[in-house]
Amino acid sequence: MFDVIFLQFLNGLDKGAAYALIALGLTLVFGTLGVVNFAHGALFMLGAFCAVMFRQFLTMETITIDPEKLSPWGSPLEIREPLVQAWFGDFGAVLVNYSVPASIIITIPIMLIVGIALERGIIKHFYKRPHAEQILVTFGLAIVAQELIKAFFGPNPIPQPMPTDLRGAADIGAWLGMQAGVITYPIWRLVYFLFSAAIIGAVFAFLQFTTFGMVVRAGMADRETVGLLGINIDRRFTIMFGLAAVVAGMAGVMYTPLLPPNYHIGMDFLVLSFVVVVVGGMGSLPGAVAAGFLLGILQSFASMTQVKDLIPGIDQIIIYLVAVVILLVRPRGLFGRRGVMEA
Amino acid sequence: MAAMPRNDLLLFLGFTLVVLAMPIWLQPFGAAYPDLLQRFMIFGIFAVGFNILFGLTGYLSFGHAAFFGVGSYAAVWSFKLLSLDVIPALIFAIVVSGVFALVIGFISLRRSGIYFSILTLAFAQMSYNMAYSVLTPITNGETGLQLTLSDPRYLDRAIFEAVPGQPVPTLLGQSLGGFAGFYFCAGFLIIAFFIAQRITGSPFGMMLKGIKTNQTRMHYTGFNTKPYTLAAFVISGMYAGLAGALLAVTDPLAGAERMQWTASGEVVLMTILGGAGTLVGPVIGAWLIKYFENIFSAINDSILRRFFDFLPDGVDSAMVTVASKFVGEGWFLTLGLVFVIIVIFLPGGIMEGVRRIAHLFNRAPKAPGKANPQPQPAE
Amino acid sequence: MSQPNVVLHVADVHKRFGGLHALADIDLQVEEGQTHAIIGPNGAGKSTLLNVIIGKLAPSSGQVVFDGASLTGRKPYQINQLGIARVFQTPEIFAELSVLHNVMIPALAKRDGAFKLNMFRSLESEIGIRQEAEDMLEDVGMLGRRDMAAGSLSRGDKRRMELAMCLIQHPRLLLLDEPTAGMSRHDTNTTIELLKKIKSRGMTKVIIEHDMHVVFSLADKISVLAQGRIIADGTPDQVRGNPKVQEAYLGGAH
Repeated sequence: MFDVIFLQFLNGLDKGAAYALIALGLTLVFGTLGVVNFAHGALFMLGAFCAVMFRQFLTMETITIDPEKLSPWGSPLEIREPLVQAWFGDFGAVLVNYSVPASIIITIPIMLIVGIALERGIIKHFYKRPHAEQILVTFGLAIVAQELIKAFFGPNPIPQPMPTDLRGAADIGAWLGMQAGVITYPIWRLVYFLFSAAIIGAVFAFLQFTTFGMVVRAGMADRETVGLLGINIDRRFTIMFGLAAVVAGMAGVMYTPLLPPNYHIGMDFLVLSFVVVVVGGMGSLPGAVAAGFLLGILQSFASMTQVKDLIPGIDQIIIYLVAVVILLVRPRGLFGRRGVMEA
Repeated sequence: MAAMPRNDLLLFLGFTLVVLAMPIWLQPFGAAYPDLLQRFMIFGIFAVGFNILFGLTGYLSFGHAAFFGVGSYAAVWSFKLLSLDVIPALIFAIVVSGVFALVIGFISLRRSGIYFSILTLAFAQMSYNMAYSVLTPITNGETGLQLTLSDPRYLDRAIFEAVPGQPVPTLLGQSLGGFAGFYFCAGFLIIAFFIAQRITGSPFGMMLKGIKTNQTRMHYTGFNTKPYTLAAFVISGMYAGLAGALLAVTDPLAGAERMQWTASGEVVLMTILGGAGTLVGPVIGAWLIKYFENIFSAINDSILRRFFDFLPDGVDSAMVTVASKFVGEGWFLTLGLVFVIIVIFLPGGIMEGVRRIAHLFNRAPKAPGKANPQPQPAE
Repeated sequence: MSQPNVVLHVADVHKRFGGLHALADIDLQVEEGQTHAIIGPNGAGKSTLLNVIIGKLAPSSGQVVFDGASLTGRKPYQINQLGIARVFQTPEIFAELSVLHNVMIPALAKRDGAFKLNMFRSLESEIGIRQEAEDMLEDVGMLGRRDMAAGSLSRGDKRRMELAMCLIQHPRLLLLDEPTAGMSRHDTNTTIELLKKIKSRGMTKVIIEHDMHVVFSLADKISVLAQGRIIADGTPDQVRGNPKVQEAYLGGAH
């Protein structure tokens, strides 16, 4: 029994990690800029497509036709060779193999630029406008982003292979001194969980230990006062928006081997992440992370066959049900502060 | 019923005339065929109802497509189980969507602001997911719910000896194909508009505006705002259900995609585009979006190539490539851009644009140097 | 002498926020028809007291009794329906609606109660309510501005309109939270004139104020609050002469 429960717990971690990362970014933006960002899911999706793009770039091929030889179909033989391999040899091959983690290198600057451009170009003008208009404009941006991706990459999911070394499963049970082969867990999911934990840790450390983070935290608590101190809060908030975009983008990149990205993956995650934020408590960073994992794990338990036999379809709606119950019992969420967004 | 104020009566008569004459005045725009006109009517009803909640009361729901979808399913079930006549189907759809809205509204309205928006979004997604999975016996999953010859139709079989052969919805035995279908839907849009107009001009409507403007003052003035917001929510849910049912009348196939968040977003966009809080704005918004959807999604590369033919070689094919991203399948990209632009530059929608222009014309002649401190008129 | 009728009784109210004792042992009796002022320096607990009376904050112990009914646990709208109206420190009005509609809404609340699904009656046919609202506006001298959007009024006019919104309900008790806060001298004076004018109608009023000038010319009775306690109680003259008050309140001013 214990091993079944432990396994479901593990299975919930990677999805929970994705929710936590998106919810973290949503909360950062909401807490600092006071903006409800419906385009945040689109940033996750853009990150995922950075991985797709990077791989497409890496696997660009030169096609040479060898007129001497014929293919089995009788046509001249085409020799395809990836450009990267031609340029870098074995290193190129490794790069193609590790394309997903390697694409983080391009994801960070791309997402930073996208984030800052969004904030400076559009979001900035909405700080003083009603929340309904913030929701509407970011919602429109989300549609634009996903339709652009659809126009260039097509409507179908594009699978991204994980590096060959990281395929297969880890026998976690054996590590913990249990019988071998009872609790196995796909390595990539483990990687995703550790990666998310590292990012979450880094964000918290950044906010906790740097002067920049201190000012931002003070700004989250009381924007006006910090503004009065003569600190240029706005520029810091621009950077925060960029940072939130980077976090969302990285969450998207690393998730691609688990779920082939398509253009509406962002909206699918966004709806759930909003629920996560509400459950955790609007504006609370620890709340976002805790609720992300909590809901991910709950969802994993709800998809057990034993549970589904008991309550059919529960896996589809468990998160929403939890959210409804939480909002009715604890309207401010698990970690919510009083007076946040209650006007 | 008390007499209507003169301005309201004129607006209503004008609106009725415009709607009924649509097959005539839309001729030059190439939009005067029944199928499209019916969609104008149906989404007009949807938007008018949504505006009662969003425009009047100030609650932004992101899940209204759920009620639209429920209305469609309810209507098709009525066709299957009761009768092919549309009257029981519409009544059944309105009742079911009203009850559904009552339950969801009761829970969602415990919170306001963005919490409310997120809750409604969550409920709609939940309905959508369930329609595709557990509720397949009711919704027929991805295939969609449709009529068959072997449907029981207990009411029809009890009344008529011979059951009509083709399973097509009728009104008291009359077929609703072609323009008959349009006038049928138009009748409902006119009734829907009339009710919305009465609500807006009633004490109840003023309370809804009060809730939108200052909820605190409403409380301290002695109003229990909960039942007001819930009533607005249920009314707009019933409007959505009626619209969904009418869509099922014109095309008796109900699918879960009608409940998706994109559909909820579309009605928000219609209302914003036309002008939230105004009476005719949402209807105009719905018409414009459905019109351009129809035009844009029909355009393909060959039409574009003909259009850009006058340009030099190379340039024209580049223009075609760029433009093709915005039409056909890419229509939603155009829609998203319009959405962003409207929210940024004209949050009051087309009606505000009209008002600004009218203001400009009214003011221009009598502005002698010194601008008199004209009191800002209330809405 | 006949027993005066106590309309509002704040009985042994304490309010703690964590370790902070915001209100201690408050006992107040407001008699029918009187204007009772509660004054005190900033941070004395005036706003907390008002919020306890109006039901926004629950007292830690003790209770507030209005006309024999306890107010504890009631919602703001229920308290209003009992006959208590409130003027806020910053006027709370319906900024997007016209002045006339601003005043009609509370009149409808008085007539129709907390909720009525009054959907098919036209506002135009509410002739009685409309007349009542216009008379009220005439009374406060704002009839000429009835079609303006309330949000575009000056601060003083907003206050006057808010008063009209309260008065049209004929409340048994009117609570005023610093009615002249943030106003120009001119607006302050017109507001005081208006308050004096409605004083003659015999309505019971509780005024929270720190502007002594306003209070002494209006109040029948004054309670002085300092550090969450009532340190003096009496007619304006009695309070003025009380050495404890001078020390705690006026003392800071010399």
